[in-house]
Formats: sequence, C-alpha cells, structure tokens
Amino acid sequence: MLARLGRRLGGRLLATHDERGDHTAVVAREGIIEALGFCRDEPDLRFNVLVDLTAVDYLKFPGREDGPRFEVVYHLYSIPHNHRLRLKVPVEQDDAVVPTATSLWPIANWLEREVWDMFGIRFAGHPDLRRLLLYEEFEGHPLRKDYPIERRHPLIGPKV
Amino acid sequence: MGVGGFFTSKLDEAIGWARKFSIFQYPFVTACCGMEYMATACSHYDVDRFGAGLPRFSPRQADVLFVVGTISHKMAPVLKRIYDQMCEPKWVVAFGVCTCTGGFYNNYATVQGIDTIIPVDVYIPGCPPRPESVIDGLMKLQEKIATGAQRY
Repeated sequence: MLARLGRRLGGRLLATHDERGDHTAVVAREGIIEALGFCRDEPDLRFNVLVDLTAVDYLKFPGREDGPRFEVVYHLYSIPHNHRLRLKVPVEQDDAVVPTATSLWPIANWLEREVWDMFGIRFAGHPDLRRLLLYEEFEGHPLRKDYPIERRHPLIGPKV
Repeated sequence: MGVGGFFTSKLDEAIGWARKFSIFQYPFVTACCGMEYMATACSHYDVDRFGAGLPRFSPRQADVLFVVGTISHKMAPVLKRIYDQMCEPKWVVAFGVCTCTGGFYNNYATVQGIDTIIPVDVYIPGCPPRPESVIDGLMKLQEKIATGAQRY
C-alpha cells in the first residue's frame, strides 16, 4: 500500500512507516490531494471513508521544536477491503494553509471547519470556512499550544 | 397582628402550599446530567409525588428552570433568554456541579457556574447527582416556595 503510494507520489512522499500494521504516510502539502484521490479511487485501495481529519500542534514537542509546527492528519478506512491508512501533512506556522478535501469527501467540509476553529489552519478552496464549534466573537484558536490557558471570551456575564 | 394581617399571612401560606405541589418545570438539558434527570423523572423515583411530574417545554408556562448539564459560553445567551421568557414567580435549580461551579471544566468553553448569568435558588451538586440528591434538592425548593422566600 505504502509502496504504491510512493511510486505514485515520488518525492512528495516524505516518510512512511507500518509499525504493527499501522500504515502511515507523511505527504508534502503539494501532493496531499493527489494522494487522497489516489487512495480513494484506486481499485486495490478504495478508501471510501474519511474517518477523521484533525491536526496536531508540535510546538515544544520533544525532538520536534525545529520542524514544521503543525501536522494535519487524515484517517482513511476502506469498507470493501477493511484496511486503514493514515496520511499526515506537515504545515508551517507562517503558512498554515492546506488544500481542501471537500471535493473528495463531503464530510471534510465540517472536519476542516473544526480544524480551522481549533488550530487556525486554513483550507484553500473550502466553500464555507467558518468556525464550527465556537462562536464568531471568539478570538484565537484554543487547541494551539500557545493559547493562554486562562483566556476566556464570554458572550455574556463576567469577563473572567 | 391585626385581622387583616392574619388573613394575608394565611392566604400567603395557602398559596405557597398550592404552589409547592404544582411545579411546572422547564428542563434545560445540555449534557450527561440529563440521564439522571430522566431517572429521577421516571417511575422508580417518581418525581410526580412532589407535583413536579410535568415538564413544560415552553419557558412561558414553566415555574422552575432546571438547568441540567454543562453550560458553554456559546449557550449562555440562550439560557439567559430562556430565563427572561419565564413568568414570575420563577425559580432556578442548578443541577450537577457543572451548573453550580463549572465542575471540572475550567477552560475556554465553559461557564464557571450559571449563577454568573442568572440567579439560582437551589444547587444540587454531584457529577451527576443521584436521584436521591435531586429529590432532596426538590424538597428544599418546595420549602423555599412554600415559605414564600421569593425573589423578584
């Protein structure tokens, strides 16, 4: 599975591992939509479910202080073949944009809105990139590791 | 106390007694406490014994606002609006620690106690409170209603 992905993507496949059947591929941002489309449409792969789309903030993570700050993570599942795959895309803080996957899986619409809401990562080409869980008056993105733990944005009531 | 005062106080007592057994509640259920609320309302614990068996899903016809479950900052204006829509006399019960103090949620999303938004008459702690605690809280509320310790 990972080898086929590597043949298709070439240099845009940055790293892979399949520790105990946990197939994971790190893909450059330029190749992610092609990789996702390939995984969905290739008859042997047929990853027809986008199980989850989320992100990780590696700020101050031991050993990752210098690397790209964020990673956007795609979890794929194939109902016909009963296999799974994880794709990761490293994202820099200053250029936190990833192409949208809404054209491949409609559920990506809300998942990407949640990632924007919580991590402040934009998705280029998304049809409606508003906050999903929080309200428009909220400032900042609370799951970022540098979000102040005491900061509150109450709509009514005391401003604690 | 004159004769008039005697009748007024007796009338208040009678009204208080009638009110405490006709609690029309509005359950504002947002989280897991709702399960215990349902357990309390069902036949085993039978909250109808206290005259509080009929939930009204309209705040305009309700006397008691049961705030059951965590209130987020996004939900706070909704709760305030529901409270404002209720007619006097009205009472508020904070059901579970999340509504009392925010519980173990002290984060960007959660209101640290609904008493920062609306006045509360009875606090029922617990995560979630057992039906016995809820009934205890309800009886305390009945006492409060009957003695006319009202807040306008």
